[in-house]
Amino acid sequence: MADTRKPSQDFTLRIRRYDPESGQPPFWDEHTINLEPHRSVLEGILQAKGKYDGSIGIRCSCKAAICGSCGVRVNGKPGLACHTHLSAALKSSGEDGVIEVEPMGNMPIIKDLIVDMDAVHWKKIQRVTPWLLAQDPLPEREHIVDREAMVDVTQSMACIQCGACVSDCLSMEVDPLFIGPAALAKAYRFVGDPRDVQQFERLKDLAEDPHGMYDCTHCFKCIEACPKGVAPMNQIMRLRRRAGGDHHINDRNNGYNHEHAFVKNIRKNGLLHENDLLADSFGGKFNPAAGLFLAKSLPVITRALIRGKATLKVALLHPHKADDHVKRIFDTVEGREERVDLNLYITGYDEDDKNGAANEPVVVGAGDDGQASPSAPGANAKGAS
Amino acid sequence: MPSHDVLIIGAGLAGQRAAVAAADAGVSVAILSKVHPVRSHSVAAAGGINAAVSVTDDWRSHAYDTVKGADFLGDQDAIEVMCSEAPAEVMHLEHIGVTFHRNDSGELDLRAFGGASVKRTAYVADITGQAILHVLYEQLMKYHETVDRYEEWFTTSLIIDEEGACVGCVARNIRTGSMETFTAKNVILASGGAGQCFKPTTNALICTADGIAQAYDVGAPLMDMEMIQYHPTTLVENGFLITEGARGEGAHLLNSDGDRFMEKYAPNKMELASRDVVSRAEQTEINEGRGVGEDKSGIYLDITVVPKKRVHEALREIVNIGKDFAGVDITKEPILIRPGQHYIMGGVKTDINGATPIDGLYAAGEVACVSVHGGNRLGANSLLDTLIFGRRAGEHAAQRAKGMAMPEVGEAQARQDEQKIAEIIARPREGRRISEIKDELGTVMNQYVAVYREEDGLQKAHEVVRRLKEEAKTAYVDDRGTVFNQDVLGAIELGYMLDAAECTVVGAIERKESRGAQYRVDFPDRNDEDFMQHINTTKNGGDAPTITYTPVTVTQWQPEVRKY
Repeated sequence: MADTRKPSQDFTLRIRRYDPESGQPPFWDEHTINLEPHRSVLEGILQAKGKYDGSIGIRCSCKAAICGSCGVRVNGKPGLACHTHLSAALKSSGEDGVIEVEPMGNMPIIKDLIVDMDAVHWKKIQRVTPWLLAQDPLPEREHIVDREAMVDVTQSMACIQCGACVSDCLSMEVDPLFIGPAALAKAYRFVGDPRDVQQFERLKDLAEDPHGMYDCTHCFKCIEACPKGVAPMNQIMRLRRRAGGDHHINDRNNGYNHEHAFVKNIRKNGLLHENDLLADSFGGKFNPAAGLFLAKSLPVITRALIRGKATLKVALLHPHKADDHVKRIFDTVEGREERVDLNLYITGYDEDDKNGAANEPVVVGAGDDGQASPSAPGANAKGAS
Repeated sequence: MPSHDVLIIGAGLAGQRAAVAAADAGVSVAILSKVHPVRSHSVAAAGGINAAVSVTDDWRSHAYDTVKGADFLGDQDAIEVMCSEAPAEVMHLEHIGVTFHRNDSGELDLRAFGGASVKRTAYVADITGQAILHVLYEQLMKYHETVDRYEEWFTTSLIIDEEGACVGCVARNIRTGSMETFTAKNVILASGGAGQCFKPTTNALICTADGIAQAYDVGAPLMDMEMIQYHPTTLVENGFLITEGARGEGAHLLNSDGDRFMEKYAPNKMELASRDVVSRAEQTEINEGRGVGEDKSGIYLDITVVPKKRVHEALREIVNIGKDFAGVDITKEPILIRPGQHYIMGGVKTDINGATPIDGLYAAGEVACVSVHGGNRLGANSLLDTLIFGRRAGEHAAQRAKGMAMPEVGEAQARQDEQKIAEIIARPREGRRISEIKDELGTVMNQYVAVYREEDGLQKAHEVVRRLKEEAKTAYVDDRGTVFNQDVLGAIELGYMLDAAECTVVGAIERKESRGAQYRVDFPDRNDEDFMQHINTTKNGGDAPTITYTPVTVTQWQPEVRKY
């Protein structure tokens, strides 16, 4: 078995402190602690707290990445302090080799590393009607549901409400009213649950809210931040797919039609035919909406032509046509009986074995990002397929 | 001053279930917890929940397995209640949204678990506790108009009126430092166990015996406190829990010779014997030099024999724990484990409705001792215990409330507690640090009050605990503030832990036999004649607690030789 035991060594922690009673602004506080490198940043903070300064404020409980209390930023990246190893944190620290620990972002700070999750995170969770709306009357025994459907929602059920995704959500930074990654992942937990009878109403609500599911900009920050492999952005994308595909709910950003126009375009042309794409995204050349959007886009188009990014000939005629290669890809994907929408709980790591990555002894938390590797590496690729 | 028909202290599974049950009965309810409810330690329960839901199963079989697992120290009337009500409770959980794993027909899937004669453990991957806790919290959010939530409030004491009934509590708002009196017709303690008395432990930092000590302080008897469960599979590295679900899925335990040594100790159930049996077997192997790893202090848990796809689907969390906290890919190599403190079977003595001998005071979950677990709890019975007795306590307390007037409670006790906290904060920096005392307590308990015990060690532990109690009186804190002063709460928690630890040690000294989790090297046999009884410890203001005995309730299962 892999021997990860290394002798203990000194680490310097630079902790962002804030005492609301002092009237003073936040400040940095340094402590040197001594632990084995595979111990967590939380254990480091607890050592500093136990030995040197009991007034350091941090919520923590299980120490094992299951209770979700100790969300912080380590060297600028959000995550759980208990799930970030000192060795990895040292690697991602600055030139001075000091590990910086700060409170999470997008939420008001109460004291030191403790943020007000009620004011932001929990309010947003409450926003998505976070309880099952089951049929009435209930069955006498359990609901009979598809095995994979239950395993599927278990991915969003794995969320521990730590707030790491909320901390660094870029959309929320711009629009504080955005429902956000955690609450939308929670919403998928019901929309994806075959026992819930108000999926349409849920999706319509999230679609019509100007701060709803179309506010996400696919920046991947939440997927990187999540210590549990919930991949909130993927759950948001699945909400959108279900809204547009299964329930024909209008997409505020026209994303669903755009996606389909894209697929149609590539099937036909192999390479993107911009002119058709725009029209098809709005229901075809003769749809008034397409004309309207075309008119709105004229300045952009003109600039592109002037700067030589496109020529009139290519834009209008687009000589390229899809070859057999492209057709084969479409045939393969569309030949599948079921929609490929499975998450890691279902697919496991098995497919990863080919590249051998899973065979290497894992150096704990040695990811470059200063985080122990997320629980479900690859979730982004698979869940979003 | 907040006043409610039912006030629940603690918001894990027992507390939240009690809150919903009481609200359903139409009374006013508050739930108060020192952490946000979803941070409660119920979240860590991994493997599943037992219930005879299968049409081929019978709750009596579940009850018998529980009685036997308890080494005949469980009260059989309580066990019958728990096991017969289990299927309906699991169906209720399914109905409110728990994402239980399904079989190919779409019904609840069941996995094997230790000490169970058939597969009867319903589960959500290996995050069952988390899934149920979060779904119950969804219900609390749904009930936001009928259940008042006080999140991040720390209880400092229970209030007892002149007639000796419990009429509320004093609590500190952790965010502001203000003290508040909560008046209630009934108080339900649901504040969890005492694992932090041990080091290492699988228990979270918040498991500091708060409710156990608060009830003890107002004169409630604590029962079976000597019965401390050591879980057979905790990481050597840091004491983290590896779910019994791993063995339920077929994982093996191996010693340094590569043998499945459980063959010697439990030839029929092998790795799935009850936890006390497996932990003792492992400790024996280690003590006799057949341990593995550095200083041969561990045992191999070999999960590689479980099909990989199944591991990823059903044991996902321990794949992560292995990878993140031990540097091991459990699908490819065995992982180093050993027995570690996990659960306390004992607690505040209650009847089958969760009522303690103090009027108006209930207890449910790990803080309580009904007793359904007796000398040893079966895996996946703890979630069940919390839900069944949480619900029953909630319902019973609600009924009791309906016929009463709201008690009149003054502010005197709140001012007293406020004063006590001010005194702790003002202590000169001359004594020991809180963290030092806590470490010493945990280490000593884990040395002398563990899998194997004997008189000398227990006496030594008692001496240390008594010394630490003295030292705790002058232990100082650094934080002088009011907002999130976790330091001063730590000092109060230390006092709670020391009270609970003392009762555990005293009970272990008193029980001069070996039964369930209590194995006395100097009294290696079970002695039904003298000790098929519960040992109660009660506070008397003196040096050590008063000890009394209560007979075990037997309904249909007479004690027999226990073999797996």
